[in-house]
Amino acid sequence: MSAVPLKISGVAKEFTASGRRHAVLAGVDLEVAAGEVVALLGPSGCGKSTLLRLAGGLDTPTAGSVLVDGEPVREFEPRCAVVFQEPRLLPWRTLARNVAFGLPRDVTGDRARDEVAHWLSVVGLADFARHRPRQVSGGMAQRAALARALARRPGVLLLDEPFAALDALTRLRMQDLLADVQREAGTTVLLVTHDVDEALHLADRIVLLGASPDGPASVRLVLDVPGALPRDRGDAGLAALRSSLLGELGVRTPAAVAP
Amino acid sequence: MTVPHIGRIAAGALLPAAILVVWQLAASAGIYSAAQLPPPGEVLSALGELVRRGELWHHLAISTQRVLIGFAAGSALGLTLGGLVGLSRAASAVISPTVQAIRAVPSLAWVPLLLLWLGIGETPKIVLVAIGAFFPVYTTVSAALAHIDPHLIEVGRAYGRRGLPLLATVLFPAATPAILSGLRLGLAQGWLFLVAAELIASSMGLGFLLIDSQNTGRTDVMLLAIILLAVLGKLSDTLLGVVSKRAVTV
Repeated sequence: MSAVPLKISGVAKEFTASGRRHAVLAGVDLEVAAGEVVALLGPSGCGKSTLLRLAGGLDTPTAGSVLVDGEPVREFEPRCAVVFQEPRLLPWRTLARNVAFGLPRDVTGDRARDEVAHWLSVVGLADFARHRPRQVSGGMAQRAALARALARRPGVLLLDEPFAALDALTRLRMQDLLADVQREAGTTVLLVTHDVDEALHLADRIVLLGASPDGPASVRLVLDVPGALPRDRGDAGLAALRSSLLGELGVRTPAAVAP
Repeated sequence: MTVPHIGRIAAGALLPAAILVVWQLAASAGIYSAAQLPPPGEVLSALGELVRRGELWHHLAISTQRVLIGFAAGSALGLTLGGLVGLSRAASAVISPTVQAIRAVPSLAWVPLLLLWLGIGETPKIVLVAIGAFFPVYTTVSAALAHIDPHLIEVGRAYGRRGLPLLATVLFPAATPAILSGLRLGLAQGWLFLVAAELIASSMGLGFLLIDSQNTGRTDVMLLAIILLAVLGKLSDTLLGVVSKRAVTV
């Protein structure tokens, strides 16, 4: 499947916990063009992951609509593929069979084997096809989870803080890998992150999600990130953007303090 | 077979060998009379006698057959009902209180009723074994399915599995280790209930051998029957363990 656009309009989400209603999101509007990479940035607990789950049909919004390629999102939307914060591999399957779990149902036999081998090599796990999840590192498991999502050939790739649990170096490598893979596959990507640098490195646009005090969150700021992908991590032009984003997130940086 | 494997078997044989030695010493010291505690040699010759008369295979075969058929029926029902209760909250609400209550009934309490309804043939014995095998399987299967990591279930759904495919690709494999240990418990309890069934109204089988040896004062045969039950129980458990290990690694 080729990349498709994602359109979120007027979306609200409330949860009911022990009889009390709690509004997490309200009036969220967001459009992601086909093939675009959008980072959803925000402090933890602001509803980023909730929004991502709504986009993938893992939850249903209380109000508003989510359109994938112009059609309403269905329950567990087949045109989307999700990579969760944890790898969530099936522990009794080898990495290869875990990647095969993501294949569309009509891909079988030799084609299935070729696809699995292809995506394993894309994420650099060709030599570990027969390993089980608990025999490999967290970074490798997360790469297998990414391969599983890509094997689905999704129209929209939904990434829920996929690198948050990895160590700093592995995280940087995974970001580069994701940038390469996205360029190759051309999928639309919605990436939830709380890492400003990750968002600046990977995204065409950054959407800052934030809450009014004690109220539901909605889109506070949308930023176009200048410069074509792939980006240089040391780019000076991004430094200013970085400190203003950190400022928006409530982190004071020397640059923001002394203009 | 690897060297540590042989070492393990040897370690496992240590205790039975020690028991044998203590038994021989106790018997020859004359603490108990030979009628109360015959020495191991006499039990061995009782074994030879039963083999010569061709009775042993009869008893072993009929007992094993009862356990296998009863276990197959009881565990199949346990898997089905346990699966239903583990997967569906509604089914659990309706079924599990009743099953829990029936489970509290001691095995021997079923015997008079089964005899009354099913006569004294093979059926009541097999049914009793099935009852015994059912509960451990039912309990472990329903608990295992109800406690599968919801994250894995969500992955299954997010990747397009629902209904039977979800059961086959996520739920059942995730519960497999627990299900297999439930089956082993069920088999052990099947042997337990077999003896209860054979102690009453039977003319063949190891339980009959027990009660018959009590009536005829043959303590050597009694001990032999107990040892045979231990060996058969251990053997069938080991076999099931090997089979399930294969099933998990495939």
